[in-house]
Amino acid sequence: MEAVRSLSAPVPRAKAGPTPLFGAYGIVKRFGSFTANDGVDLEIRAGEIHALLGENGAGKSTLMKILYGLLEPTEGVVTHKGDIVQLPNPEAARQLGIGMVFQHFSLCENLTVAENIALVMPKDLSGRALADRIARLGIDYGLHLEPDRPVWSLSAGERQRIEIVRCLLQDPKLVILDEPTSVLTPGEAEALFTVLERLRQEGRALLYISHRLDEVRRLCVRATILRAGKVVGTCNPREETARSLAAMMVGNAVRAVTPQEGATLGKERLRLDRLALPAPGLHATALRDVSLSVAGGEILGIAGIAGNGQAELFAALSGETRAPDREAVRLDGAPVGALGINARRRLGAGFVPEERNGHAAAPLMSLSENALLSRHPTAPLTRFGLIRPGAARDLARRVIEAFDVRKAGPDPAAGTLSGGNLQKFVVGREILAEPGVLVINQPTWGVDAAAAAHIRQAVIDLAARGAAILVISQDLDELFEIAGSIAVLHDGTLSAAVPSAETTREAVGLLMGGSSDAAPAPAP
Amino acid sequence: MTLDIVQMVLVTVLAAATPLILAGIGELVAERSGVLNLGVEGMMIFGAAVSFAVAMQTGSTVLGALGGAGAGLLLAALFGILTVGLAANQVASGLSLTILGLGLSGLVGANYVGIKRDPAPHLAIPGLTDLPGIGHLVFGQDGFVYAAVALVAAVSWFLWRTRAGLMLRAIGDDHVATHALGLKVRRVRFLSVLFGGACAGLGGAYLALAYTPFWSPGMTAGRGWIALALVVFASWRPLRVAAGALLFGGATVLQLHAQAAGLGLPGQFLSALPYLATILALVLLSLGQRQGGSLAPAALGRVFTPSR
Amino acid sequence: MRLDLVPRTRRAPVLDILSPALAFAAAVVIGGVMVAALGVSPADAFVTYFVAPLSEVWSLQEIALKAAPLALIATGLAFCYRANLWNIGAEGHFVVGGLAGGWVGVATHGAAGFTLWVLPAMLVAGALAGAAYALIPAVLKVRLGVSEILTSLMLVYVAQLLLDYMVRGPLRDPAGYNFPQSVGFDAAARLPYLMEGETLHAGVLIAFLAVALAAVVLAHTLFGFEVRVVGASPRAARFAGFSDARLTLSVFAISGGAAGLAGIVEVAGKIGQLQPEISPGYGFTAIIVAFLGRLSPPGILVAALVIALTTIGGEGAQIDLKLPLDLTRAFQGLLLGLVLGADVFARYHVRLVPGGPSGRPAS
Repeated sequence: MEAVRSLSAPVPRAKAGPTPLFGAYGIVKRFGSFTANDGVDLEIRAGEIHALLGENGAGKSTLMKILYGLLEPTEGVVTHKGDIVQLPNPEAARQLGIGMVFQHFSLCENLTVAENIALVMPKDLSGRALADRIARLGIDYGLHLEPDRPVWSLSAGERQRIEIVRCLLQDPKLVILDEPTSVLTPGEAEALFTVLERLRQEGRALLYISHRLDEVRRLCVRATILRAGKVVGTCNPREETARSLAAMMVGNAVRAVTPQEGATLGKERLRLDRLALPAPGLHATALRDVSLSVAGGEILGIAGIAGNGQAELFAALSGETRAPDREAVRLDGAPVGALGINARRRLGAGFVPEERNGHAAAPLMSLSENALLSRHPTAPLTRFGLIRPGAARDLARRVIEAFDVRKAGPDPAAGTLSGGNLQKFVVGREILAEPGVLVINQPTWGVDAAAAAHIRQAVIDLAARGAAILVISQDLDELFEIAGSIAVLHDGTLSAAVPSAETTREAVGLLMGGSSDAAPAPAP
Repeated sequence: MTLDIVQMVLVTVLAAATPLILAGIGELVAERSGVLNLGVEGMMIFGAAVSFAVAMQTGSTVLGALGGAGAGLLLAALFGILTVGLAANQVASGLSLTILGLGLSGLVGANYVGIKRDPAPHLAIPGLTDLPGIGHLVFGQDGFVYAAVALVAAVSWFLWRTRAGLMLRAIGDDHVATHALGLKVRRVRFLSVLFGGACAGLGGAYLALAYTPFWSPGMTAGRGWIALALVVFASWRPLRVAAGALLFGGATVLQLHAQAAGLGLPGQFLSALPYLATILALVLLSLGQRQGGSLAPAALGRVFTPSR
Repeated sequence: MRLDLVPRTRRAPVLDILSPALAFAAAVVIGGVMVAALGVSPADAFVTYFVAPLSEVWSLQEIALKAAPLALIATGLAFCYRANLWNIGAEGHFVVGGLAGGWVGVATHGAAGFTLWVLPAMLVAGALAGAAYALIPAVLKVRLGVSEILTSLMLVYVAQLLLDYMVRGPLRDPAGYNFPQSVGFDAAARLPYLMEGETLHAGVLIAFLAVALAAVVLAHTLFGFEVRVVGASPRAARFAGFSDARLTLSVFAISGGAAGLAGIVEVAGKIGQLQPEISPGYGFTAIIVAFLGRLSPPGILVAALVIALTTIGGEGAQIDLKLPLDLTRAFQGLLLGLVLGADVFARYHVRLVPGGPSGRPAS
C-alpha cells in the first residue's frame, strides 16, 4: 500500500519553526449543508502534547476523524513530515504511525481484551506472542490488563487501558486522544497523565482533545482552539487564564445568567427515601439507598462523572423505572414510586432526559407531534382518544415563541433542528406546563453558549416561581452557576447535599472520584 | 444384529440432519457477522431445483451440487445488495427472498417433476464400509454428509482460530466500533451472506440429489426455517448447530416411525411436533440466558450505514 | 466506486409514492424478460396479467374478492411492522380464525328459528380466535423475550395441522362419504352476496370498512400515535409513558384479529364450509402487500388490488399462455425486494462516490 505519495502540487509550508511531524491544512468537511470543519489548519510536532480545544460541536471530533482516515475531507490536505499523504482508511493512518484512543471506546463488548487488541494488529501477531506483548507493555507503562476477560465485564478505566495499549502496541508517532478523561475518575485520570507525559518524553506527538481547561493547562504548551468549525487561535495555554481560554472557545455570545437571589424555600416537593434499585442491565449502575429532598424554589444539582448512575436516577425519578418501594419516591408528599411517568406528570412533575434525539424527542416526527409526546397526559391535546392536531400545533408554536426556537418550515421534524434549538424546544415544552417539580438530566450538553444561557435562565426563573428543580449535570461550572446546593453521585451512591456557596469545585471533584468523605467538604 | 439396527437408525438420523447442518452453518456465519437472513427457505429450495436441473442436464451430481450452491449464492447476493448495500430492512428482505426462491424453484423445476435420479453415490471402501455396527455410518455416506461434517469443523476453526474469523465476529458484535477501527464492515457482511447462501443452496441440493432424490415443488417443507431456529437454539455455535440438527433429525425419524407404528395419536399432532419443539427450544433458551454479555451477535439485524 | 447513504432528516412525500411505483415498473420489466425466456411474448403476457382481468365483470369481482383478505391481513400486519414487531404468522391466524368461525357455522348447522345471530357470532369468533392465537408469540416475547419471528412462523404450521385434524376428525361431515370437509353452511351462516347472480359478497365491505377504520386509528388517535412512536423511537415512546408490553400485545391482537376475521370471511363467503386448505397463502402474500403499501392503510388498499390483479392475471396466464403460477410468485417476491431496495431513495440521500472503495475525491 502506497500511503505516502509526493504530489506535484505545492506542499503547504509550516507557518513557523521546523517542519511539523503532521500537518493539516485548509481542512473543510461538509455533511450535507452543515460545515463541520471550515478551513482548519493544524500543526503537530514530535515530543509535544498539542491541545485541541473547543466546545461540543466545534468540530474537534470531525478533524480528528479526518486525521485517522475515518472521514475524508471535502477540501484540504494532511501532511507527514512535509509530504502530502493519503489517509483513505484507518489502516493507512496506522501505517503512518497515527494511533487513536476513542472517546466512545471502539471496543467489541462480547470479545475478550486480547481479541479486541488483535483486531488491529499485523497479521503475524496473535495468540501467545500477543498476550506476552500486552503483559510486557502493561508492566512497562503500568497499564495492567487481563487478556482473557470479556470487555463487557470491565470498568471504563480498564476499557480505556485497552484502547491505549492497542494504540501503543503499534509504536505510534502520533497518538490522538479524544476527551480521554470524560469517563475517568480523578485517580484514573492522574494515572493517564503519567502515561501521556512518558509518551511525550519518548518523542511521540500527542493530540489531546478536551474541553477541560485545567487539564489542558497542566499538560500542554500549545493549543489550537476551534469554534464553530474554524480555528480561532493558537496559544500556549499556560500563558492564558481559564477565563481567556473559555472566551476564545465560546466567543462573546455568553449571556450572563441572573442567579437566584435570596431564594425563599417553600415546602418539600420532591423526596427520595433510601431508593435502592438493582442495575437494570449489564452496563448500568445500581442505585444504593439514594435519599434527597428538594423544596419549592430550590435547585438541587447532582454532580458526577457519566455512568455513575445518572441515567438510572433519572429513570427512577421519571417513573420510566418503577421503584420497588412506592414510598421511596414522593411528589408533594404523595408516594409515587409505583406510578408510571404519565401519572407523575399528572401530579405536576416534568422531565427532560439527557438524550434529545430519540429519548426526549422522536427525531423523524414533527414538533407538534413531539409536543404531544410528553404533554398528552397534561394538556388538552386529545378528545375521546382522538388527537386534536390544532391544539398540538398551537402548543408547539407557543414553545417555539417562548424559547426562541429557530427552525425551517412551519412544523418541521424534530431531527432537522440544531442541537441547541431542539434542546430549547424540549426544555420549553416541559417548562410551559409550569411543573411543580422539574427533573433535568444534562440540561445544556452539547448546546451552544447562547442557548445554554437561555435554558439556565429559564430553569432559574421556574424555581423562582416556586418549583422544585433537580439538575443532573457533569458540568461543574453549570452547577455552581445555577444550583443552590450540590450533591455528588458516585457509583450509584449519592452524597449529602451542601449549599454550593459553602463548597468548592475541588471538594466536589474529589467526591466525584469516589473519595470516601460523606459530604463535600466546606471551603477552607 | 441389534447393532445394525442401531446403525441403520443413526444413518437415517444423520441423513435427516445433513440439510439442516448445511443450511444452519451457513446462516450461522451470516448471523455472526450481524446479518439476519430469513430467506434460508427460499435459497434452499432454489438450490434444490437448480441442482436437480443441472444434474439432469449434465448427468453429474458434483456439477448439480455446485449449481445448487451457486443458486443459493445468487439469491444471497440479491439479499446482500438489498440489506448490506442499500440498508433495507433485513426481516422483510429475507421474506421477499423466500417468496422469490419458492417461485423461481417452481419455474426451474417445472420440467423435472416426477423424474427420479440415482442418489448421490455413497462411499464404499472394501473392508471398512462393511465393518459391522459402524461401517456404513462412518465410511458409507455420500459426499454431502462428509461435506457437512467438514464444514462444521472448518467454520469452528475459522471463527475462533483465524484473524478473518475474529474480524467477522467483531463486526457482528459492534459495527460502529469496528468501522471506526477501519474494518470493512459491509464487505465482510456481504461475503458472509454469500457464504450463507451457498451453504443453504448446498443443503437444498442434498435434498434433491441425495435424500429423496427427485424434485418436487415445496420439497424443503420448512427446513430452512428450522435451520434458522437451530442457529438461535445453538446460541451461534457451530458444534451445537450440528448437535441440534441431529436432535431434530432424530425427532423427524422418530415421528415417521411412530406414525408407522400407529401410536393412536393423530398424525397431525406428530407432524406438528418439530414446530412445537422449536418453540419450546426457543423458550428454554431465553429462560437460560446467561448473565452478562450477550449470546447473540449484538449487532444482529441492525442496519449499518457508514458516513464518510 | 462506493455507495454513500446519508439519512434524510425528513421524508419527501413525493418519493414515498414514487419509489414503490418505480419498483413496480422495474419488476414488470424484469418479469417481461423472464416471460420472454419462457418463450412467450412479453406484450401478450402484459395484457393477460394486467389488462385482461380489468376488462370483465367476473374477473373484477375476483380481484375484489382476493384483495379483500389481503388488505385486511396486511392492515393488521402494518400495526405490528410499524411498531417494529415482526409477526410473520398471519397465515396461521387466518387459518385459526377460519376454523373457529367455521366451527360455529358447523355447530349451528340445521338450527331452526331465529338465526340472524349466527353470522355475526362466526365473525366475532374468527376475529377473537385469530387474536388469541396471535397473542401466543406476543406473550412469549413480552414475558420471556423469545423472538417473535420464529415462534409466529412455527405456529403457522401448527395451525394448518390443527385445521387438517379437525376437518378430518371432529368436524367432518358424517354424511360426506369420508371426504375431509365439514357440512356446507346454512344460508344464515353465509355472507350475503352484494348483487344477485354474482360472486361479490359482503366480506369485501367488511374488509374495506376495517381498513378505513385502521387508517383513522393510525393517523388520528393517541393509540395510533403510540404505534408510530414505538416504531420510530422506542425510547421516546417509553418517555411518552407508552408501555412496550401493552403495545406488543395490542398490535399482535389487532393483526391476529384482522387475519382471523379475513379467515372467517373467506370461509363464510367464498368457500361455505371447512376444508383442509382454506388459504392460498394469503397470510404470506399480505406481507408483500403491507410493505408494497408502505405500511399505510390507503397504500395497502392499492397494493392489495395490484397484487390481486397479478394473481388473477397469473391464473389467466396459466390457462391462456401456459405460463406457470410460480411465475406470479417469483414476480411478487421480486416486487417486494425491489420495493425495499427502492425505499433507500426515500430514506437516504444516495451518492455514488467515484474512485475505489478507499478512494478520495479527485481534487
